[in-house]
Amino acid sequence: MPQEFSQIDRRHPRNDALPKALGLERFAADHYPEGLLWAGARRAGIPHARIRTVDVSAAAALPGVVRVLTRADVAGSNLQGIVHKDQPVLAGDKVRHCGDAVALVLAVDRETLARALSLVRLDLEPLPGVFDPAQALKKGAPLVHEGRRGGNVLVRASIRTGRGAAVLRECPVVVRGTFSTPMQAHAFIETENGTARLLPDGTLEMTVSTQAPFRDRFEIAQALGLDPMRIRVVAPYLGGGFGGKDGATVQCLLALAALHAGGRPVKMWWEREESMLAGYKRHAARLTYALGADRDGTLRALSCRIVMDSGAYAHLGGEVMALGMESAGGPYRIPHADIRGLCVYTNNPVAGAFRGFGAAQTAFAAERMMDRLAEKLGMDPLELRLRNALRRGDRNAAGVTMTASTGMAACLEALRAHPAYAAREAWKRAAPPHARRGAGVAAACIGVGYGRGLPDAATARIELTETGTFRIFNAVPDMGQGNASAFALIAAEALGQSPASFELVQPDTACCLPSGSSSAGRTTYTYGNALVRACGALRDRLLVRGAMALLADDTADLTLAPGAVRHVKSGRAVPLALLARMMILEDRTATAEFVMPVTPDATGGKGFVIGFPHLLFAYAAVLALSEVDELTGAVRVRRFVSATDGGRVLNPQGFEQQVAGALIQGMGWALSEDVLTREGRILNPDLSTYLVPTAADAPEVDCLAVDSVEETGPFGMKGIGEVNLNAALPSIGAAVQDACGARLDAAPLTPEKVLGARPRRARRTP
Amino acid sequence: MTIRFLLNGREVACESAPDRRAVDLLREEFGLTGVKEGCGGGECGACAVLVDGSARLSCLMLAAQLAGRSVVTVEGLGTAEAPHPLQTAFAEHGAVQCGYCAPGMLMAAADLLARDPSPDREAIAGAVSGTLCRCGGYGKIVEAVERAAEAMRPGPVRKALRKKRGGA
Ligand code: FES
Ligand code: FES
Repeated sequence: MPQEFSQIDRRHPRNDALPKALGLERFAADHYPEGLLWAGARRAGIPHARIRTVDVSAAAALPGVVRVLTRADVAGSNLQGIVHKDQPVLAGDKVRHCGDAVALVLAVDRETLARALSLVRLDLEPLPGVFDPAQALKKGAPLVHEGRRGGNVLVRASIRTGRGAAVLRECPVVVRGTFSTPMQAHAFIETENGTARLLPDGTLEMTVSTQAPFRDRFEIAQALGLDPMRIRVVAPYLGGGFGGKDGATVQCLLALAALHAGGRPVKMWWEREESMLAGYKRHAARLTYALGADRDGTLRALSCRIVMDSGAYAHLGGEVMALGMESAGGPYRIPHADIRGLCVYTNNPVAGAFRGFGAAQTAFAAERMMDRLAEKLGMDPLELRLRNALRRGDRNAAGVTMTASTGMAACLEALRAHPAYAAREAWKRAAPPHARRGAGVAAACIGVGYGRGLPDAATARIELTETGTFRIFNAVPDMGQGNASAFALIAAEALGQSPASFELVQPDTACCLPSGSSSAGRTTYTYGNALVRACGALRDRLLVRGAMALLADDTADLTLAPGAVRHVKSGRAVPLALLARMMILEDRTATAEFVMPVTPDATGGKGFVIGFPHLLFAYAAVLALSEVDELTGAVRVRRFVSATDGGRVLNPQGFEQQVAGALIQGMGWALSEDVLTREGRILNPDLSTYLVPTAADAPEVDCLAVDSVEETGPFGMKGIGEVNLNAALPSIGAAVQDACGARLDAAPLTPEKVLGARPRRARRTP
Repeated sequence: MTIRFLLNGREVACESAPDRRAVDLLREEFGLTGVKEGCGGGECGACAVLVDGSARLSCLMLAAQLAGRSVVTVEGLGTAEAPHPLQTAFAEHGAVQCGYCAPGMLMAAADLLARDPSPDREAIAGAVSGTLCRCGGYGKIVEAVERAAEAMRPGPVRKALRKKRGGA
């Protein structure tokens, strides 16, 4: 049934766009409360060591230093972590990676802070470390967390479906491969930061660049021995997040500093190198695959081993692994599978959540296996994908049944119908001198929401203001993806008002209602659904109050028009501004909850805590057109064409921003981004050595949305933020192979690797 | 020392250590937090301001180097009542996502348009390529600069009018 919308699926500029372009929007980093102190952490600097002493006397004696704190000053568990609590706020007995904080300094200005940090004397006894999972898994390997059951294995999980990998033996065609993907840094331009202050009544007030203000309260409280309800966290617009601000970054250190600041406000703002050193990363992964099919290309069996490097702490390692395993077989029907995953502690930087969340790593392996299979079968890679694409009712390799909207085939068909796809051979032939061109296709999927085991809930609050406009209390941080503006559109549609009549309050635990984190592609879906309900409740109430004002005996005769409640037959109306004056705040306020439905699927899987399986999936098919420089091996993506199923598009402009942004971030990971370490030390800790894409590297991007409606979503949307990232690396990998024959299974695809991997024939330069 | 300069069109003076970073002076003393910091090392372009009309990285400049200069920050480019055409175009054409790079991008773009009122896409991409956008919004950023350039260029009618009045 086609639905007519007045706001949805129309191009709107975002509510936050102009204030940000004017330089007026205040991010967390822009807060400088009167009389503030600067807080900073002294980092270990070595990857694995026993702490003998931390001598703070010289630092504490420096004029301008207010306090120097160590482990002994932490009253609570001293442990941070979202699910598994294993990361100390201040390390006490040992350090497990270079970025561990061992002392916390409060000083009157930044210069004093820097000097004091260098005066903290650390006596550390180095311990042998483990710097890759293979080493960490060896018998007798040094233990990152001594005394822990399971040793260096954080999570060992497995999924077996059908008759498992044994079926590979029955398959007439089997392809195999081993792949690796690097650690990636979020590299948001606004690094981790916040301000905090202990008020005289004992409330701890914080403004933090965070993706999860509500959860932060509990994480801080537990680590520091505080009452979570005495902590208030405000989350202004973030200068980027991408998963790296989910979980404690500055929060616990900052709160600890505020507890010892004598009531003065404290500011902590990590410098770029500290952000690289102590911030979270995408898990480096190694993936070993075997994929079996019939001669006609029908997939039959999959075996895969996934090993991820969690670094020194758990963060969301198990959950990242779960999501990766869930889509290990890609968006395809595969009846028999054996999928095993290991997430392993090492003394490397800490890995955590990052857009694509495990599924980005497995997509590389799964998609390149599909290309290999197509090659072996002499089939067109897109047709092979289409033949096996999941449709509603199908099960994926992990045994998860697709019971909701499943637009994978539609994405592939849309891509195939795009003029750039048909013209790809001609485009390749037009390569400039000393360049070779290639085209590559990849398909990807990703689960939306937290998955089973954790309620994915949100509570929306909206009020009619005293002046007759509306105020939405957004409770899920907007890290740049535009959910706040999407909420204004959703409410405008639901209430029949103009988007300009909505004001947005950004997350604040003091006035917004608990709504989970900004993550997992669930932000707009979950809160948006709650908001639709809250709007419905508010509209009903406004009609009842309007009926009183208009002396109408039946609310069915009334309608909520822009700015007024109107009696349809007589045309009489009461302006909302007048109605608002007749109502007290409670009456003008509506709240409503929404909990994301979970899959009824009882698929197995061993070793998962939470996060498997999912009900909803987003899908994308991507074409990459790439050029390889024959002399240098440098790869340039010239164009991406993407077709996405993220449910109905709420705002085409926001859709394009997310699709192109994800592809370009994925392109960085494919071509240049790699956090290089030697024995746990980062070799490229700044933005001149860790290279993210610039405007000069950015390709043209065509963003198509397939016609898709997710019945359970707000106005039919699902989520679009992540899935395209997963398709970038495999599509580029395929394009590079198509261009010059270099088959690279270890990302990133650097010029040296491309030159080295070209087959002899292709190495000749004309 | 006392540092005097023109800030967003107004004469200002302030006491500062001469070796204080310009970015800190602007953000902390003048409250111009539209000037962003992303790296402190000249790598991200977020801290760009216009100094005597050209885009300069304020994290690499010292307070003393501002003395006697005209400095324009994103707050001085346009106002909420009268945004600069670049600011309007950024907002309308989706060039702002998290928006943390926007001030630096705008400065680089303003510098470019002052030198070249009709840049092609490649020239725009080149001019802003020292400013990182981690949200990957380069396509829309380039488009917004193109649109702003069009809006700022005297069209045939405006050109003819100017000629008549003898203006340049
Ligand atoms: S902060 Fe100045 S260039 Fe990054
Ligand atoms: S919009 Fe986020 S960094 Fe550019």
